[in-house]
Amino acid sequence: MAAMKNCHNDYKMKFSVDEEFPDLSKHNNHMAKILTKDIYNKLRGKSTPSGFTVDDVIQTGVDNPGHPFIMTVGCVAGDEESYEVFKELLDPVISDRHGGYKPTDKHKTDLNFENLKGGDDLDPNYVLSSRVRTGRSIKGFTLPPHNSRGERRAIEKLSIEALASLDGEFKGKYYPLNGMTDAEQEQLIADHFLFDKPVSPLLTCAGMARDWPDGRGIWHNDNKTFLVWVNEEDHLRVISMQKGGNMKEVFRRFCVGLQKIEEIFKKHNHGFMWNEHLGYILTCPSNLGTGLRGGVHVKLPKLSTHAKFEEILTRLRLQKRGTGGVDTASVGGVFDISNADRLGSSEVDQVQLVVDGVKLMVEMEKKLEKGESIDGMIPAQK
Amino acid sequence: MSGSFRRLISGRNTAVLLASLGAGTMATGAFLNENSSLAAETKRKLYPPSSDFPDLRKHNNCMAAALTPAVYAKLRDKLTPNNWTLDQCIQTGVDNPGHPFIKTVGCVAGDEESYEVFAELFDPVIKDRHNGYDPRTMTHPTDLDASKIKHGMFDENYVLSSRVRTGRSIRGLSLPPACSRAERREVERVVVTALAGLKGDLAGHYYSLGDMTDKEQQQLIDDHFLFDKPVSPLLTCAFMARDWPDARGIWHNNDKTFLIWINEEDHTRVISMEKGGNMKRVFERFCNGLKQVEHLIQERGWEFMWNERLGYILTCPSNLGTGLRAGVHVRLPKLSKDPRFSKILDNLRLQKRGTGGVDTAATGDTFDISNLDRLGKSEVELVQLVINGVNYLIECEKKLEKGQDITVPAPLVMFKK
Repeated sequence: MAAMKNCHNDYKMKFSVDEEFPDLSKHNNHMAKILTKDIYNKLRGKSTPSGFTVDDVIQTGVDNPGHPFIMTVGCVAGDEESYEVFKELLDPVISDRHGGYKPTDKHKTDLNFENLKGGDDLDPNYVLSSRVRTGRSIKGFTLPPHNSRGERRAIEKLSIEALASLDGEFKGKYYPLNGMTDAEQEQLIADHFLFDKPVSPLLTCAGMARDWPDGRGIWHNDNKTFLVWVNEEDHLRVISMQKGGNMKEVFRRFCVGLQKIEEIFKKHNHGFMWNEHLGYILTCPSNLGTGLRGGVHVKLPKLSTHAKFEEILTRLRLQKRGTGGVDTASVGGVFDISNADRLGSSEVDQVQLVVDGVKLMVEMEKKLEKGESIDGMIPAQK
Repeated sequence: MSGSFRRLISGRNTAVLLASLGAGTMATGAFLNENSSLAAETKRKLYPPSSDFPDLRKHNNCMAAALTPAVYAKLRDKLTPNNWTLDQCIQTGVDNPGHPFIKTVGCVAGDEESYEVFAELFDPVIKDRHNGYDPRTMTHPTDLDASKIKHGMFDENYVLSSRVRTGRSIRGLSLPPACSRAERREVERVVVTALAGLKGDLAGHYYSLGDMTDKEQQQLIDDHFLFDKPVSPLLTCAFMARDWPDARGIWHNNDKTFLIWINEEDHTRVISMEKGGNMKRVFERFCNGLKQVEHLIQERGWEFMWNERLGYILTCPSNLGTGLRAGVHVRLPKLSKDPRFSKILDNLRLQKRGTGGVDTAATGDTFDISNLDRLGKSEVELVQLVINGVNYLIECEKKLEKGQDITVPAPLVMFKK
């Protein structure tokens, strides 16, 4: 019995590959760099069991040519099988995005917070807040670019039941986007927890804003240190955060919370999507592996204007963002510093890089404050 | 490839599955092979239409008013011959709840057959939008004989410009929400080839959106001809901006009085326009141009989408029938301030817009005045209605200038319901 194909795709097969191949001449994203007519020809007749096709995978990259200086990914998965069915496109994209990661490489998962060394002593005069986030996809459902309303609601229902069973430091409440009171909404905004309908065409062109706000919501614990987004860009986004520099505690809560949630989903035969090659499966290829972004808001007014700042970050395998998150600028010398890698190293490895790297950069900042040189402190490439 | 995917097994009775789904999704886990997403066929069984029915409680559009759970259940799993679905037709209406005062349509066709396969939704939507027009029992008259127009020359002290627009779709190719890149390029090829055959005052030139020079672009902007990538979520949520600007372009004649948009919201939008008040000539050129283009595509074995129930088939149900909007930019400084202005327009079956087009406000005293209706009356009838109506508005303006009183005309009858 053949897998159920996407019928509209069959209709498109009447046209030749030359007639259907997208015009990528002005494009600068990973998909556009890699997609040739040959690859497109091999993949266009295929679809995943749930009916996702190569045109669905690439639509966001066709519609968003990108930027001369910023390299976006330009493709998304519609389900777990996308990464297998369209591997001829996605493997090279993954390799390009994740530092040469090969189709035969294995990804290590390590959510044992006790393996993290240090991280509880980042100077709070400099490190204002600490945060770790990741995403999780739930087996048996298609992903946000492709899922139906019925699936999205089933994901929400499952998530609510799982989260409602948490207790202790994880006891909390779910706020559906469609149905929260004005007071609740204002509080969530004030806490910087509320997510809104995506406006970025990178997401809307991938079909992720369909049926908004149906099936979307926010859960957080009473302590406001553990937060879960349901049905935004991924099935779940899980965030652990607190003021100050105790990254060790943030990571502990992250690992413990994630594992508690995973157990509950597994009990219902809907564990998380994961395999030993790609780690945790998420919608965007850039988030494969750990899907983890661990970072701090840190004051580095002097270091950030130092000629070697970018090089230091690169060697430490870190990236900077403004305090509004991705695509924002820094305000008042405060930067969001986080791990650059997602795939090919474990959660512990990546958070360790952040902890060690930020510690070093704070020491550099202090040196610069005293008017001393930091040349002797420039690290080797990690 | 297919060997590496496990089949979803459901050895149980489907009714049991559906019942358990109602009780909570936990039960479905027992029937899923944990290692794969749902194959489309099994998904249909595990997710009955009721689980997918959109939440339309905050919505105010024609689709939301017409779509009941029963209609949705009947239509959800149907496909047009081009394999377009109901969910795709209604996505724009689900994503755009609408406005308490403005009722949008909320659904689009992906192809000619959408109006047939999903008739149980589209028929009530059409009735709602087009004054009770019933596609099951009524026929739409098409009449492009411009010689029938009377009194088509306006007083140019008041009328600044005249314009008629419509759309045309090429039969056999999917519409903008559904078309693949190859289909869209085929539409461009068919139409541009035909337009290259126009001669005399209709001879012109095609400017592809992706390839035009900066100079050409600036000229088109100055002429107010250039259209841009849609930003309205009404259109983007209906998938009409995909692959922009691939196969999109603008053609116009050398005189700049006949203009065609290719692959924007419809396969083609056809516009005839001039400064001044000679609506008769604008309509003559409109009819003549349309007929010639139709002839040129027919020579190559193509035709426009049309049938006698719905007239010309276009993407949005609001443009069925004639797809025609005939209008003027007209100065009405006194009349526009009269409290009876809206009522007069209503009774004449006219609408006002700002001079930037739909969803813009009027600047100063100049208004865009055009016909409200599209379906159930012919092109000649609608243009005559606009001519009669605008002449009446100008008469009112002149009376008010002289300090005389005006009267609200009796409402025009559309058609017998």
